[in-house]
Amino acid sequence: MEIQSHTISVLVANEPGILARVVGLFSGRGYNIESLTVAETDARQSLSRITIVTKGTPMIIEQIKAQLDRLVPVYRVRDLTVEGPHIERELALVKVKGTGEKRVEALRLADVFRAKVIDAKADSFVFEVTGNSDKVQTFIGLMEALGLVDVGRTGIVAMSRGGEAL
Amino acid sequence: MKPEESATTGADLLVKALIDEDVEVIFGYPGGAVLPIYDSLFKQNRLRHILVRHEQAAVHAAEGYARSTGKVGVVLVTSGPGATNAVTGLTDALMDSIPVVCLTGQVPTHLIGNDAFQEADTTGITRPCTKHNYLVKAVENLARTVHEAFYVARSGRPGPVVIDLPKDVLMNKHDYTAPPKVAVEHKSYRPQTKPDPKKIAQAIEMIAHAKRPIFYAGGGIINSGPKASKLLAQFVHMTGYPITNTLMGLGSFPASDKQFLGMLGMHGTYEANLAMHGCDVMINIGARFDDRITGNLTKFSPGSKKIHVDIDPSSINKNVRVDLAVVGDAGLVLEEMIKLWKAKQPKVDLKALKAWWAEIEKWRGRNCLAYKPNKETIKPQYALERLYHHIKDKDHYITTEVGQHQMWAAQFLKFEQPNRWMTSGGLGTMGYGFPAAMGVQIAHPDALVIDVAGEASIMMNIQELSTVAQYQLPVKIFILNNHYMGMVRQWQELLHGGRYSESYSESLPDFVKLADAFGAVGLRCHEPDKLDGVIQEMIKIRKPVVVDVLVDEAENCFPMIPSGAAHNEMLLGPDDKAGKVSDEGMVLV
Repeated sequence: MEIQSHTISVLVANEPGILARVVGLFSGRGYNIESLTVAETDARQSLSRITIVTKGTPMIIEQIKAQLDRLVPVYRVRDLTVEGPHIERELALVKVKGTGEKRVEALRLADVFRAKVIDAKADSFVFEVTGNSDKVQTFIGLMEALGLVDVGRTGIVAMSRGGEAL
Repeated sequence: MKPEESATTGADLLVKALIDEDVEVIFGYPGGAVLPIYDSLFKQNRLRHILVRHEQAAVHAAEGYARSTGKVGVVLVTSGPGATNAVTGLTDALMDSIPVVCLTGQVPTHLIGNDAFQEADTTGITRPCTKHNYLVKAVENLARTVHEAFYVARSGRPGPVVIDLPKDVLMNKHDYTAPPKVAVEHKSYRPQTKPDPKKIAQAIEMIAHAKRPIFYAGGGIINSGPKASKLLAQFVHMTGYPITNTLMGLGSFPASDKQFLGMLGMHGTYEANLAMHGCDVMINIGARFDDRITGNLTKFSPGSKKIHVDIDPSSINKNVRVDLAVVGDAGLVLEEMIKLWKAKQPKVDLKALKAWWAEIEKWRGRNCLAYKPNKETIKPQYALERLYHHIKDKDHYITTEVGQHQMWAAQFLKFEQPNRWMTSGGLGTMGYGFPAAMGVQIAHPDALVIDVAGEASIMMNIQELSTVAQYQLPVKIFILNNHYMGMVRQWQELLHGGRYSESYSESLPDFVKLADAFGAVGLRCHEPDKLDGVIQEMIKIRKPVVVDVLVDEAENCFPMIPSGAAHNEMLLGPDDKAGKVSDEGMVLV
């Protein structure tokens, strides 16, 4: 059976231990987590949104969704990959150290990728780059030759296109 | 009244909340962190507390209580070791979908995370072995949490719920919150119990057009309540189709009914397994295609269309891909199916059905549970046949430990009603049966409650003899003593060249003297012709009784589907030689 990558959005009650429940479910049942993001999205109702990118056969993906939905503090589970077009974004902070031509080239490429300089020293930059994972990965790849020293990535956040809420 | 005047301690609130949840019995063991609760229990007389001798037994007792009554079983243990000892029981309840609420003590909130005395991360440890768990950090949330926990434990697919209670929360004061009079929907947890009518219509269509149908019903029927069993029998009779039960489903359909093919699976009957293999429409109601049932998945019932009725959507398409999934409570689904069947009056292909029954009768004719009786030694099967003969007209409940004796009990005792059979199916917990029997006996004080045990399993919770002595619970422990961990020995014989590594029950106690030491009655039997008398005596004694039945040491449990084999590759007896077990088969449990 074909292994597919799926982006799943999960709306959960923001209560202690909820992330452990979700992560424990993945490790306990041997599912993959490619990327995971989580933060409170509705303080009034105390809701968090978890975005998980996972891999598996269609049967496993179906299981993952059913198992997530079974957790008591889970409100909704949506498979964005299946349910029509959606947008994925990731943010990375990329630290590049170097001087001279390499430094200029890094700055030039950052411009091409619309990465922002958010910290600058005489011999280093920290860039903030946003986009889909491919773009972020490509940018990081290019920086490797130009003095890449540190990377931090948020993991993917995603949302369906159009007016519908999760 | 001012709030301060009406305010009560967390422990008193807890007791009040339990009473409001119709709790009558708690199985527990005290300790430092739960002293305030025990103090509250001391000051009231609505809740009965049963003092067990090990926390694992408290959970199994609550499971037995729950499964034999349909109510939620309640456990109370202290922090740290109290909670960790309960983990096996909780996992058992999770695997078999038994509603249990387990109250665990915890160190005071300001000490949590400090490695305090008897501290354990109880919610962390029990997260994967409960349906849900709670840490109550403030007394104002306590009563509401208890009510929610009971709702979660018993609704949807039932399961164990832990409430972790820090000691300061139990001492702090607050007003009581009564359970909501009208059921309010939980904010995020809303199990689907009513089936989709479209799916019911599709199911009826498939069922009506079947030529070689079979019903395959499991524990979901029992969990739905006794009405579901009645509906199941009604529907099965309406269709005239054969039915088999899983281990957990035994009793959901009367065993004496001629449409019943017995249990299916690894040690199921020949006719049940071959009917599963050869059917064209399989109607699974409340069972989960467990690996003990399916055997080799790639060869499982290859030619059938499968209908799966389950209250838990995650059970569907987990192991076996089905053609039609009906999510809902087994009882409600059966009700709708019967309604539609009556309305439609479908014409079943009677000719095909007759041919199908003829084939089944041929398989049945193999008499797969036959064994070679012996005049000198008691065959375990014979012991159970005689046991059943003497109890069948009495109000009785059976529990078991885990192993060969469990499978023989499932094969040779006949279950006519639901909630009469308590066994550890999913987790396979040795040591389950005796404490479970205590729980059953507490719920049904006048009934005959028998734990069918092995001599190895019974040692795992033998300390509970002290509990049954204290409360004078007339539980009978019927040990089929073959001096081996029988199922381990059987697998070593079949798969590991007869190298009986560590499976001999060395240095067993004298069970008769042991019973005596605990204030119970001990009986022993090793001659087949004395067995009836011993069983009758056991039944007559209104005290806890341990019966040590010395049985054939070499007897194996048949029929058997060897690891990695399919339903139509069963071994029927010791003369049936298994083909070489495949490498894939060898790694299976």
